Amino acid sequence: MNTPIRVAGTLLALIAGSALAQTTAITGATVHTVGPAGTLENATIIIDGGRITNVGTNISIPAGATRIDASGKIITPGLFSPLGQIGLSEVGAVAGTNDSTQRGEDFAASFDVADAFNPRSIVVAISRIDGVTRAGLTPRASGPDELGNFSHVLSGLGTVVHLGDNPEHVVRHGAVVVANFGEAGSGVAGGSRAAAVQVLRAALDDALDYQRNKEAYDRGDWREYSVSRTDLNALQSVLDRSAAMLFNVNRASDISVVIQLAEEFNIRAIVAGGSEAWMVADRLAAASVPVILDGINNLPGNFDLVNARLDSASILVNAGVTVAFGASAQTHNARLLTQSAGISVANGLTWAQALEAITLAPARIYGVDGFLGSLETGKEADLVVWSADPLELTSYPDQVYIRGDPVSMQSRQTLLRDRYLQTESERPPAFRH
Amino acid sequence: MSKLISPIIPLAALLLLSACEPGADGNDMAPYASRYQPLASQPTILKGATVLTGTGERLENADVVMRGGKIVAVGPDLDAGDMAVVDASGMWITPGVIDAHSHLGAYPSPGVDAHSDGNEATDPNTAQVWVEHSVWPQDPGFVAALEGGVTSLQILPGSANLFGGRGVTLKNVPGRNVMEMKFPDAPYGLKMACGENPKRVYGSQRRSPATRMGNVAGYRSAWIEAADYRMKRDNAASGKGEPPKRDLRLETLAGVLDGEILVHNHCYRADEMSVMFEIADEFDYKITAFHHGVEAYKIADLLREHDTCAAIWADWYGFKMEAFDGIRENAALLDRADTCTVMHSDSDMGIQRLHQESAKVMGAAAKVGIDIPPERAIRWISSNAAKALGIADVVGTLEAGKMADVTVWDGSPFSVYTKTQKVYIDGALVYDRNNPSGNPVTDFTLGTSAQHGGAQ
Repeated sequence: MNTPIRVAGTLLALIAGSALAQTTAITGATVHTVGPAGTLENATIIIDGGRITNVGTNISIPAGATRIDASGKIITPGLFSPLGQIGLSEVGAVAGTNDSTQRGEDFAASFDVADAFNPRSIVVAISRIDGVTRAGLTPRASGPDELGNFSHVLSGLGTVVHLGDNPEHVVRHGAVVVANFGEAGSGVAGGSRAAAVQVLRAALDDALDYQRNKEAYDRGDWREYSVSRTDLNALQSVLDRSAAMLFNVNRASDISVVIQLAEEFNIRAIVAGGSEAWMVADRLAAASVPVILDGINNLPGNFDLVNARLDSASILVNAGVTVAFGASAQTHNARLLTQSAGISVANGLTWAQALEAITLAPARIYGVDGFLGSLETGKEADLVVWSADPLELTSYPDQVYIRGDPVSMQSRQTLLRDRYLQTESERPPAFRH
Repeated sequence: MSKLISPIIPLAALLLLSACEPGADGNDMAPYASRYQPLASQPTILKGATVLTGTGERLENADVVMRGGKIVAVGPDLDAGDMAVVDASGMWITPGVIDAHSHLGAYPSPGVDAHSDGNEATDPNTAQVWVEHSVWPQDPGFVAALEGGVTSLQILPGSANLFGGRGVTLKNVPGRNVMEMKFPDAPYGLKMACGENPKRVYGSQRRSPATRMGNVAGYRSAWIEAADYRMKRDNAASGKGEPPKRDLRLETLAGVLDGEILVHNHCYRADEMSVMFEIADEFDYKITAFHHGVEAYKIADLLREHDTCAAIWADWYGFKMEAFDGIRENAALLDRADTCTVMHSDSDMGIQRLHQESAKVMGAAAKVGIDIPPERAIRWISSNAAKALGIADVVGTLEAGKMADVTVWDGSPFSVYTKTQKVYIDGALVYDRNNPSGNPVTDFTLGTSAQHGGAQ
């Protein structure tokens, strides 16, 4: 097994310097656009100013463009991780490195994790070299701290970021407000999932009332509300449908309540978790409520998940529900999106549907599909170059582009790997770097 | 090993007893012994598959013959004779998957507090507990694992304690109780744990251990006590002095010093694993396997020299400080060094796809020029795992005379699109994807719409 080490660097060498070029043309690959053009063989993608300016076969390459030969490669849109805490959590069990939850009365809907995002987190590089170019950062519900404070049923604003080097990482601030139903909601609302619904209903009622009586409230001439002024303001985006409400919810009966609330308050709802969503697939489709599904979880971890099954995605998609893959506990391994997608293919999804569920579908769910999620003219140039089927677990990206720029394919893990790939040296490993 | 008056039930006696048919009164077996009985099987030939034998070999268009619960022959163009013929063309056949690290039954689904039976976190040394006494056979995770091709698994206590208690190896068959699942004659394991967990659990109670040095003092003190107990026991056996009073905790530790109980040591960091080797040397016991070992790749040579397996994940990292240096190439670097490499799950999800976990490593390895073909990788979840559990002489490869624990896949097990088709345990068809009505369904799953086994 002492195979000589060959670091695959051909593509890296080819792209050297391209970051500075105005225009880049990537040629020769099989391109899965996940757009209306479908899959294109021997296609060319033109990138200019961070955007795709053309994609297709037999298209002309502008003079002076940097050409990258990707013959024999496969290109997909960048992967979009819709849930988790990339850049908000460095080490799971080290409290000081975790910023995705807060407790107490001060914030509910308005708790804003965007301010805590660390683009230099090791998890950012580890995720993006495996193809994850965009991520939804979602605050989490939490049990009591040492003072007995719980987090609110509403755990805060979710924000979309890109994982590239451009310092303006926020793509869509406050795209969702996260709510916790079912067992998690019960845990923070006082011991019943019904209480979680009541807490939410009260907050939305208050936000509606505040909308109509803002001046009186600001004068101090109005009644008390169940949440703070900053929370009431945050909820306006949900009421005016510019933001969606993302519900962490699994049990079918709880999902039915979500559908009902969405209708009642005319808000956009997203189901996250959704282990039993398949049981109400038709209702979700009729109400246009999308599902962010944990594509692997098929066991009854708790009683909300008793009917979890591996072919959920296929049942939902076939019923017309928009499905993305993601798991709130998958921060460090958000890169496993491809595994969820691959497993869903083994359980009924088509390959194209599965790729869409980790690219365009999450973009659509977050309302950013106008400029993300597929390889189409005008969209931001997030793309991944693969040597083999991206859904196979033996496949790894050769190169990842975010907003048109090739990212460094190095991470803390590749540095450790390279240090210990060597075995023979006179001095200890610390001298190998 | 003659310890007839030993407080430990001699292993040889266990072996003899467990091989017996239960008597009419059912009382002629040692307490807690395996009462596993293979399901009825018929002689069967699986024809024309790609066969990964688990010995490092790959055979194309080969047959596997099973009779009387054993593998009879593996190779091309075998004579079917008078037996059931299964057309396995286009299929891949591997040894049944073995998971060296599971908590199924002890931390079952649903994971409610009432089911939390894996950590006796009341003292840093609970070598007296046996995890088999926590195993709930109705855990739906067993059937889900069966669908993932798993035919044997070791259940371990958790890692709250320096000494967590005895582990048990099971056949992945439905039983009414754990005795009906116990792998016949498999040695017991002793779960030990390094690092953050014990020092956090007890340090937070203002008890020792509160530090890593406290951990090590705890191990050493316990081994001193166990060595003393063992000496008194052995002296008494040869007529010198009184035997010590029976002590469940010390019986288990003495069993390790006797070489009868295998040490399975939860340990993440390379420096800590190295210290554990020193302790093993000081007290003259063997560490059969380190579990989790996210930094094992840093000391692949030490592991090989000690003949210690590394049972690890493919890609877990970052969930705690001692897992900060996890890399996907861990298994690849260990395997390259000819260290006994085992892909384990520690998870009711991971156990369903240990083959996929292995695939992740194969791909990561290929990226840096380390070629790990399927016939080599399959060893991580078959023969190497069997070695770690001390059952490699009877299971873990497709060789004549071994138990007919066999998984049939509809493609390479290392493709994400591949699913198991049939799973045989001791020659009996226990799972058949195309015949759900013949598959096991746990009591808990009855009436749900989950699709484990035959439930619809």
